[in-house]
Amino acid sequence: MSSFINTSIGKKFLISITGLFLISFLAVHLTGNLFLLAGQESFNLVAHFMATDRVISFMEPLLAVGFLLHIVFTAYLTITNQFKRPQKFAKVDHRQTSSWPSQNMFVLGGLIFIFLVLHLSNFWYQMQFGEMDYILYGDIWVQDAYSLVTGKFIIWWYVLIYVAGAVFLGLHLLHGFKSAFFSLGLYNKVWGGRLMLIGAIYSIIITVGFSLIPVYFLIGHLTG
Amino acid sequence: MEFKLKIWRQKNARSQGAFVEYFISGVSKEMSFLEMLDYLNKTLIESGDNPVAFEHDCREGICGSCSLYINGRPHGPDDLIATCELRMTKFKSGDTIIVEPWRAKSFPVLRDLIVDRYAFDKIMQAGGFISVNSGAAPEANSIPVSREVADEAFDAAICIGCGACVAACKNSSAMLFVAAKVSQLALLPQGKPEAEKRARAMVAKMDELGFGSCSNTGACEAECPKGISLAHIARLNREFLLAVFKT
Repeated sequence: MSSFINTSIGKKFLISITGLFLISFLAVHLTGNLFLLAGQESFNLVAHFMATDRVISFMEPLLAVGFLLHIVFTAYLTITNQFKRPQKFAKVDHRQTSSWPSQNMFVLGGLIFIFLVLHLSNFWYQMQFGEMDYILYGDIWVQDAYSLVTGKFIIWWYVLIYVAGAVFLGLHLLHGFKSAFFSLGLYNKVWGGRLMLIGAIYSIIITVGFSLIPVYFLIGHLTG
Repeated sequence: MEFKLKIWRQKNARSQGAFVEYFISGVSKEMSFLEMLDYLNKTLIESGDNPVAFEHDCREGICGSCSLYINGRPHGPDDLIATCELRMTKFKSGDTIIVEPWRAKSFPVLRDLIVDRYAFDKIMQAGGFISVNSGAAPEANSIPVSREVADEAFDAAICIGCGACVAACKNSSAMLFVAAKVSQLALLPQGKPEAEKRARAMVAKMDELGFGSCSNTGACEAECPKGISLAHIARLNREFLLAVFKT
């Protein structure tokens, strides 16, 4: 196994598998977030389910490991790749040959990582270790995650950061989605175009979905 | 036509190179890029200067010898051509043209615009062949190959090994070259039995020789003078992963 991971394709395999795992997590995360639009009780009950469900609790550390492996292996490959061309070209023209996101995946990943740290400290840390209000629904006391989230989404610069984070994520996925299948060998001339289309649609859904929620609450706050 | 040329000059593999500017006039529109360099060299020799060293052989896009990085692109500002097929009509009189050698750790510069591409030969020696003892030549029709498979194998086999894929890649990856060679053999009956072993050996040699990893940007496919598809890289990934997981 170690000799496999030591190969360039082995590392790309690991980056792809963890990338697809994170992509599937994003779909679950967005679905949960969309309950914010359904109101306080709906979102709080979904957040309570997410926090207490055994399967999700089991997946949480796996998600952290997935993030860590994706970041560590990508950083390792990106850094080592820098040494493969000791003398740089005086002029490089990639405009006609490859997309901007594909040439800047590490930069986009870095920006997403900064956003992730902010996001986790805003919400995940607060819900795990911070002071939270509780509301009684039926016979269970539930954390008021809705107020925590909507309280942040009425601050314009928070909304701006979240929209920017969603755009960076969308651009990262635009290349990452098809690239993951590619590195796994699941690509041919027929499926190449289809995977690009599915990846583009998925990236748009993720960007619009995650942007829409903070913008909705900010507009609601501004218009009273 | 007249041009300002900024050409990489380097005495040998150990010396430090630098760009040298040349002004050239009287270039005909009908000239190829290499003929323009021949013309420059003639003027340099006549003035007692050293001519610019660059590789060339067939001058019809077959041999893969020519390897110039022109104005930020391997083989210059045209698609599906090698440098020898690039015409001066692709430039405007008065343009500044920057000419560099391929730049990669695995392709050290030997002199001026000539690089050592022996690394590609070493990759081929690691597995780019068929070692199956097939005995006497069988009757051709006894091993049927569909037209689609034959065409795909041929699309890979037209790789001329020029190294433009390495130059185009931001990571100096040789995946398109290795993929073309692996595909060409893996698709046909004679090469299939060793397909996975071949993929492992050639990838291991590619990594050992200091080429970078593939980021699937597609720049190699876009700059390949023969238009070799990225689908061949996916096949290489597939063959490699199958080989690893079967053992």
